[in-house]
Amino acid sequence: MNPADLRYSSEHEWARLLDDGSVEIGITEFAAESLGDVVYVELPPVGGGLTQFEKMGEIESVKAVSDLFTPVSGRVLEVNERASDSPEVVNEDPYGAGWLIRASLDDASGLDRLMTADQYQEFLDSQAA
Amino acid sequence: MSSSGGLRRTSLFDTHAALGARMVPFAGWEMPVQYGGILAEARAVRSGAGLFDVSHMGRLEIRGADAAEFLSRVLSVDVPKLRRRRARYNVICDERGGIIDDCIVYRLGEDRFLVIPNASNTDAVLDWFSRWGAGLSFEIANVTSETAMIAHQGPGAAAMLGGLTDHDLEEMRIYTAAETVVAGSEALLARTGYTGEDGFEVIVAAGDAPSVWAALSERGAAPCGLGSRDVLRLEAGLLLHGNDMDVSVNPYEAGLDRFVSMDREGYVPGDALRRIRDAGVSRRLVGFQMLGRGIPRHGYSIMDGTEVIGEVTSGTRSPTLDMSIGMGYVPNGYAAAGSRFLIDMRGRPVEAEVADLPFYVSDGALLVPIAPLRS
Repeated sequence: MNPADLRYSSEHEWARLLDDGSVEIGITEFAAESLGDVVYVELPPVGGGLTQFEKMGEIESVKAVSDLFTPVSGRVLEVNERASDSPEVVNEDPYGAGWLIRASLDDASGLDRLMTADQYQEFLDSQAA
Repeated sequence: MSSSGGLRRTSLFDTHAALGARMVPFAGWEMPVQYGGILAEARAVRSGAGLFDVSHMGRLEIRGADAAEFLSRVLSVDVPKLRRRRARYNVICDERGGIIDDCIVYRLGEDRFLVIPNASNTDAVLDWFSRWGAGLSFEIANVTSETAMIAHQGPGAAAMLGGLTDHDLEEMRIYTAAETVVAGSEALLARTGYTGEDGFEVIVAAGDAPSVWAALSERGAAPCGLGSRDVLRLEAGLLLHGNDMDVSVNPYEAGLDRFVSMDREGYVPGDALRRIRDAGVSRRLVGFQMLGRGIPRHGYSIMDGTEVIGEVTSGTRSPTLDMSIGMGYVPNGYAAAGSRFLIDMRGRPVEAEVADLPFYVSDGALLVPIAPLRS
C-alpha cells in the first residue's frame, strides 16, 4: 500500500513533508516493481536546484534506464548514500530506507499539485485499465 | 499449445500464471520474463538450480537414410561423424557465410536427428533447409507445437533430477542425450544448456510439461524467466542470435569459427568461409567490463574519443561478478584483452575494458564444448 501521508506524482515519485519543512523524495513501490532490480541510481548534487516535474537524475535497473523527475521545486539538502551504494534498498524499501534525496521546498503549495495516496491509486488503476 | 492476441503460448502458460510470472512477448510467444527478481533468479541458478520454460525454441526432427548427409550440407559440424546420443553446438550459415542461426544438433539414431534453432529463427531455418535437400532421402518434421522443453540448470540440478529418472546421471557426459523417462513422462533428456552451469534440457510431450515442471520445482528448482536466462548466458560468454550475431556477421567475426568444420565435401557455405578465413576479418566480437557506472545496452555506441568504432550487442549487470558486462563488435586493433574504449551511455562516455570470454566459468561448467569432433 502507498502510505497515506505522502504525495505522489504521475511519474511515480513520492514526497514526504518532514517536521523541519524539508521533503524526502523517492520512487513509489509501483515504480520499483516495474523497474525490477535497481542497480544504479544517479542523483543530483547536494546544493543543486530542483524544478518541479523536471528531470533530477536517472535510475537504472537490469531491464532499463529511466529518468527520475522531482515532484517538488527546491534545493537538494542531502542524498541517500545508501541508495547509491546499495541500490537494492530502493526495491526492498521504496518508502523507507530506499528514499533518494531530501530537499528544501521553494513553495509548500507545490505539494498541492501532487496526488494523495487515494488519487495515486486511482491513477494506477486507470493506467492499468 | 494455444495462442492469444497473435502470441503463442506454451503448455506451461497456466503454470507461469499461477506462479505470478510477468509475461512478455518474445519471438511471437508470450513468455515469462521473471517470477521474482532477475538477479535473484540468476543467483539461484549459480548456487542451486533453476527451471526455465524454453518451449518457444524450435524442435525439428530430421529422419531418413540421407539425414546425416543433408545436415552435413547445412550445419557447421561434420554430422556423419557425430556419434549416437551426442549433441553439438553449431552455426547455420548462408552461401556467403552469414549466420542464419546457431543451434544444437542431437543425433538420436543412425538416421534420426533433432535440431534446436532459436524461436525467432525457426521459420528461417526451415526455409533454408528446404533449399538444400535436393537428391537426398529424408524428412523434416517441425515438432515444436506438440512438444515442450524445460531447461533445468545449476550445480544442484543433477541431484534433484536423480530421483526422477532411472537414467544414470553420473555416467551422463555433457552434450549427450538419452531417451528415457523423467518424472513419469517419456522424455529426451540432454545434458545441455545456456547458462554456463551443469544442467539438463528435457523435451517431453506438450501435455506432460506441467507435471515434469512441478516435480522438479518440488525438489527445489527455482522458476526462472528469460531475464535471468539472458544474464546467465552473457556471464557465460554465450552469444544470442539477433543480438550478438545475425546474417550480416560471419563465424570468424563472431568468434564461432571453432565450431565450424570447414573442409568437407558439399558443405554449402564452405567456399565462402574458406575465403573469409584466408582473407581475415577486420572486426571481432569482444566481451568487455565497464570500469564506470551504468549498464551497456544493445545499440549503444563504442567510441575511441569522439569516433564511433563499434556497437554494443548485449549488456547486463552481472550479479555473479558484481560488475556490468557487455559484448560488441570492434576493429581488430581494439580486440585484445585489456584494450580500453568508451561506451556512450546516453551521452555520457564511460570507460570499458576488453575481458576474456567467458566472463564467468563455473566449477561444474557446462560451457559449449570446444573440442572438435573425433572420427
